[in-house]
Amino acid sequence: MTTQRIDIAIVGGGLVGSALAWGMRALGPRLAVLDASDAHAASQGNFGLVWAQGKGLGMPAYVGWTIGSARAWPQLAHELRTHAGVDVALEQTGGLHPCLSQREMESRADRLERLHAQAGVERCDVRMLTRDEALARLPALGPDVAGGSFGALDGHCNPLRLLAALRTGLRRAGVVRTHCRVEAMAPSADGFRLLTDRGEVAAERVVVAAGRGTQRLAGMVGLSVPLVENSGEVLVLERMRRFLPFALETIRQTDEGAVLLGDSHEPRTDAALDVAVLGAIARRALRVIPALASAQVVRAWAASRVLTPDGFPVYAQSAAYPGAFAVACHSGVTLAAAHALELAPAILGGSLPAALAPFASGRFDHVRAAA
Amino acid sequence: MFARLPETGAEAVVVAIDGADFEARAGDSVAAALLASGRLASRATPVSGAPRGPFCLMGVCFDCLITIDGVPNQRACMVEVAPGMRIDTQQGAPPLGTGAA
Repeated sequence: MTTQRIDIAIVGGGLVGSALAWGMRALGPRLAVLDASDAHAASQGNFGLVWAQGKGLGMPAYVGWTIGSARAWPQLAHELRTHAGVDVALEQTGGLHPCLSQREMESRADRLERLHAQAGVERCDVRMLTRDEALARLPALGPDVAGGSFGALDGHCNPLRLLAALRTGLRRAGVVRTHCRVEAMAPSADGFRLLTDRGEVAAERVVVAAGRGTQRLAGMVGLSVPLVENSGEVLVLERMRRFLPFALETIRQTDEGAVLLGDSHEPRTDAALDVAVLGAIARRALRVIPALASAQVVRAWAASRVLTPDGFPVYAQSAAYPGAFAVACHSGVTLAAAHALELAPAILGGSLPAALAPFASGRFDHVRAAA
Repeated sequence: MFARLPETGAEAVVVAIDGADFEARAGDSVAAALLASGRLASRATPVSGAPRGPFCLMGVCFDCLITIDGVPNQRACMVEVAPGMRIDTQQGAPPLGTGAA
């Protein structure tokens, strides 16, 4: 069996691995993406939001990282249109987090205030809307809507087209994507050796971005990345003439007219549908936009999330083997721009950006890794 | 194009297809009436505007979606004609709030 020799191996070809590869595509065939399977792919089940508002309470560094990615998104979309020939349907016309009672309004306002009061955080352009202000922007809101918070940077895209665009663009750039399962990785004199079910790969550096497989793989190169079990369900309604001028946090209308309702947080990793959960999703959506009652449901799915114990991403570089990196996050769409345009060049340069120091996995050393 | 076989005496049922009266037969599905009227397309798709019409005729392909008595996205092959029924071919996606409650 011959050994393939490359500069950088990215283990995992979902949204995170593909976005990182996009930012390193100048390497061409000296970069390989090793992708086991699309089964259980969070990248094919997510909701598609590019979302900054409300994120980062408890992790100030996440606020700026998320805002930076949302701001960089138009550039990523432009690159994909130019170099992959794919329009990922990015619309950043703002995003509404609706509140269904005065209590929810107070709780949301309080959360945003505490988030922005954290030391050194960049202020996201988000503000509370009264019911009348929200209605002025979206007349379809129901009588239960007390108002909400509106983030100017927020938006959405077509996540399936995003994944396809990244893969098409990578192929055009000569980056190799191999369907294989990495069984073992070990440091070697000149980097790392990866044993796969389709041969051996020798790489100077390795980046583990393998979704739920990250925990197993990162451990082989001296990195501990604990993940917790989490999955969510999404309902899809038939296509309607465009009536949503912007995305809501759990209701969005695609550029092609379909309406997606999300999203649940369930402590499991399988893709089984739970009718009670789907019912709860639908009931809340109907309180937000009652006219959806007459729309037919055309499909539903569940997908697992790649979630760490505190919900924030892991960006880690191995202390024992500095050529090894691991990335785990559940906001693979929102963060795609930061991953491609900021993180990837830094990894090419040999180290993580200083701004990502708080995301090292050492913060979980006191947490017992989830099985 | 479709031609109706000699009938065995099914009664005439007058429906309106895109506003024009058409004499269907009792027992016809909306899809059968549409085809008998000389139309192949029940709609233009929301994304590309391509024409779509009755295909499987048994309720599984969802290509023959059509507006019946004001309710959009009904499967033409699964609904029987009734006197006075309003059948309207669709252009793109229907607006919010027009489906069957």
